Amino acid sequence: MKIGIVRFPGSNCDEDCHRAVSEVLQGEATFLWHKTHDLQDADVIILPGGFSYGDYLRAGAIARFSPIMREVIEFANGGGPVLGVCNGFQVLCEARLLPGALMRNQDLRFHCHPVRVRVEHTDTPFTSAYEAGRVLTMPIAHGEGQFVAQADTLRDLEESRRVIFRYVDASGEPTAEANPNGSANNIAGICSAGRNVVGLMPHPERAVSELLSSEDGIGVFRSALAAGVGAGG
Amino acid sequence: MSDGTAIMAERAIAITPELVEEHGLSGQEYEQIVEILGREPTFPELGVFSAMWSEHCGYKNSRPLLRTLPTEGPLVIQGPGENAGVIDGGEGWAVAFKMESHNHPSAVEPYQGAATGSGGILRDVFTMGARPIAVFDSLRFGSLDSARSRYLLDGVVRGVGDYGNCVGIPTVGGEAVFDPVYEKNPLVNVMCVGVLRKEGLIRGTAEGIGNPVMAVGASTGRDGIHGATFASAELDDAAMDRRPQVQVGDPFTEKLLLEASLELIERDLLLGIQDMGAAGLTSSATEMAARSGNGIEIDIDLVPTREPGMTPYEILLSESQERMLLVARPEAEDTVREVLNKWDLHAATIGRVTDDGLFRVRQGPDVVVEIPVIPLVDECPTYTRDGIEDPAIVELRNADLSRYSSLESDDEASRALLTLLDSPTIASRRWIYEQYDTSVQTNTAVGPGSDAAVLRLGDTTRGIAAAVDGNGRYVYLEPRPGGQIAVAEAARNVACCGARPVAITNCLNFGNPLGPAVYYQLSEAVGGIGEACRALETPVTGGNVSLYNETPSGPIYPTPVIGMIGILESIDDRVPSYFQRPDTDVLLIGRTREEIGASEYLAACHGKVAGPPPQIDLDEAARLVEFLVGAARAGLSLSAHDCSDGGLAVALAECAILATGGPLGLEASVESEASVAATLFGESQSRVVMSCDSGDTDALIALAQKHDLAVARLGTVRKAKDRFVVSTGERTIDLAPGDMRDVYDAALPRRMQSQLGLTG
Repeated sequence: MKIGIVRFPGSNCDEDCHRAVSEVLQGEATFLWHKTHDLQDADVIILPGGFSYGDYLRAGAIARFSPIMREVIEFANGGGPVLGVCNGFQVLCEARLLPGALMRNQDLRFHCHPVRVRVEHTDTPFTSAYEAGRVLTMPIAHGEGQFVAQADTLRDLEESRRVIFRYVDASGEPTAEANPNGSANNIAGICSAGRNVVGLMPHPERAVSELLSSEDGIGVFRSALAAGVGAGG
Repeated sequence: MSDGTAIMAERAIAITPELVEEHGLSGQEYEQIVEILGREPTFPELGVFSAMWSEHCGYKNSRPLLRTLPTEGPLVIQGPGENAGVIDGGEGWAVAFKMESHNHPSAVEPYQGAATGSGGILRDVFTMGARPIAVFDSLRFGSLDSARSRYLLDGVVRGVGDYGNCVGIPTVGGEAVFDPVYEKNPLVNVMCVGVLRKEGLIRGTAEGIGNPVMAVGASTGRDGIHGATFASAELDDAAMDRRPQVQVGDPFTEKLLLEASLELIERDLLLGIQDMGAAGLTSSATEMAARSGNGIEIDIDLVPTREPGMTPYEILLSESQERMLLVARPEAEDTVREVLNKWDLHAATIGRVTDDGLFRVRQGPDVVVEIPVIPLVDECPTYTRDGIEDPAIVELRNADLSRYSSLESDDEASRALLTLLDSPTIASRRWIYEQYDTSVQTNTAVGPGSDAAVLRLGDTTRGIAAAVDGNGRYVYLEPRPGGQIAVAEAARNVACCGARPVAITNCLNFGNPLGPAVYYQLSEAVGGIGEACRALETPVTGGNVSLYNETPSGPIYPTPVIGMIGILESIDDRVPSYFQRPDTDVLLIGRTREEIGASEYLAACHGKVAGPPPQIDLDEAARLVEFLVGAARAGLSLSAHDCSDGGLAVALAECAILATGGPLGLEASVESEASVAATLFGESQSRVVMSCDSGDTDALIALAQKHDLAVARLGTVRKAKDRFVVSTGERTIDLAPGDMRDVYDAALPRRMQSQLGLTG
């Protein structure tokens, strides 16, 4: 059971994801170099946050053409669990593994602070350790996190229960004030039609210990480790 | 390949007295150059001397003063003179840190000025073999009523943010002060803190005769030529035409350089490495040679350039960003190249280490520069001047402030507190720091908004606490105590978090030192810093001098900024700054004196900058540090917050507003022999507001008394629905905590609303 963390030039949450898996949960994690075509038999793939290729042109737009993405896309299309956090979410959208796009935050400023997100559905490889409806506190840190999609795409995401995380207030309600970036329907994270690919803007790997003020993100990695086992990895 | 015309034209340039003056060199200095060379310099040689003997690189007016600072201590691994200072953090780990200014570039082009300032200081830290784990920014701007100041603040915050965010280094602390004196000359000082295993330390030296000298990273362009000289002159209106002298940052390349450099160092492929910072290739090559006592020979045609036809002068003095100079192990040249290729970076071997102690630059067969390294680097002429205090400042200091010491009514007391909470210098900095990534790398135990930031140290359970501090108004009104206080307050901030302050870096931002009034400020402030560093046993490990912070409307406040590093033996001992829960006791440690001079209260509520700054007893300051560290280790205190700008009333208000879980009420009464204004808003030093469980109050009081510190129980933290009440006996402040929070939170966003969210 192994979690592969892709390292693009400019990834900067790769070490944090590794730490969350290996130090907090004593799981096996390995880095996957973007120039290779080798997933190293990983059972779960994580595309970490950061600024791949400097986010020049558009966040995630260049990383999507990295050599290793050919294998990541094949792996995802074969049902393999893939998680994209922040920049990783942007790469997944650019690679068309997830619908919609992530635009500049509504106020055109970078935002970094804790947010609350509600776990909408637990039938994905990255949310199985949570109870549905649970409100998690995790930091966001992005300039381009406003989730947008065509009206019919949004409708389809909602109807097919593919909105996985939603920005909410202290009482668990998706209010405008709780939405840090202007995302449609307060969407913080979604999954693919096959439910095996999940992208989210908040950083679960930064909420894994009391020292970091929240342990709410651990469930994402605990789910992932369980998913890998289930997949027979 | 090269445009022969420009190069031939450059060779024909005659060295005239006007040209020498344009290069910021005096006639006497020029004579010294001729003596060193034994002949007239070539045009590129004149440029090299101009850069290396600028204030920025050569410290010509500050070096004699800086020599008086204490630089040694049991924890110092690397003192001043390297890319960054290094101290022993314990358990085999070391901490590398340095602060630098980017004031002039930021005045002209705030976004790129701040971004490249951040980039430079990151490189100074990772070229020591340390991984940068935190950035701090210390900022000064004019009043936010001015559109120019809002534009500068917006651009600088975006610049610091975009750079650090992209490279993945959290910006976890800093300060922002607003005063009209900084209107046209903002200050942008950035500190970087990195960590390394002690055995992984590397220095900027050129070892081993014949070893390859390699240029890596970005190629060399025409940007930033003579940046060091630009930074060493006053900012006049013509300075706005110097935008081309401001470099452009590329944080993505920086991130690749960071990873590649650390990999090269970890694999032990290098003997020396240095950032090509101010004065670019010139300073990096000559400083590396000087440190090892060797020479360096470069073939200018081998330096990768962005455009054809660049002359030796341009290549030597370009300050293009994200470039480094390496001296590789002789057998490792190819491996070095492989590592750099892996990170998509270019490397070119441009020269060799030599044994003749000369900085020699060839262009093909021709020698265009040949200068003895040691006189160039270490024998920059220095000047000790006579400083005389400006009598107008003496008059301001002696102004009669008695009419400001009373408050007419309870209402006036409450309103004064709200005015202070609305002052941009005091109000919440959230608008700034939420634009910074503060949590990447998952080391941030305490982020911005507290007295100091606390980070974990490597894989240990130890912690690093750090803060940046400086109060220009104090230094303006009386530089010696002002300098002392800058150090003592930074130490207090770190100690409030429970850490023992161990060493500092600094940025000395002053006006033109050729004037006796500014020189007086500089020499007195440095004297004060040295005294405080000795008393607190926090040696100076490096820093930066930024002089000529002057516009046609006059100099800035003399503003030394101190970056303090502290160590927590256990990160679990860290103490929050603000109240934790209702029904806990509130104590004031320290003595309140009749001191309202130089206060934010006088400036914000009465528009007055006058009076003497508070005085500081350095022995008391040292005892306070011991007490705070002891209280944290014993687990006696729930919170500890330094009294600074706005005095006790603001410190209590911040403790209540920023309480864990939202604003809390307070019921406190203060007894003091000082006047009511000084009691509430005076800025007497070495005072700390603490809260503790009532069962620990006696032990905490006993501990304070053991350290010979004044201590008083002020009252009790109340619930969120309760009022915030502080009474002096004479006057009572009575406000709703939520209302105070609203004012405190809205101050910056309200003023910045007009600033469109567009990249500068």
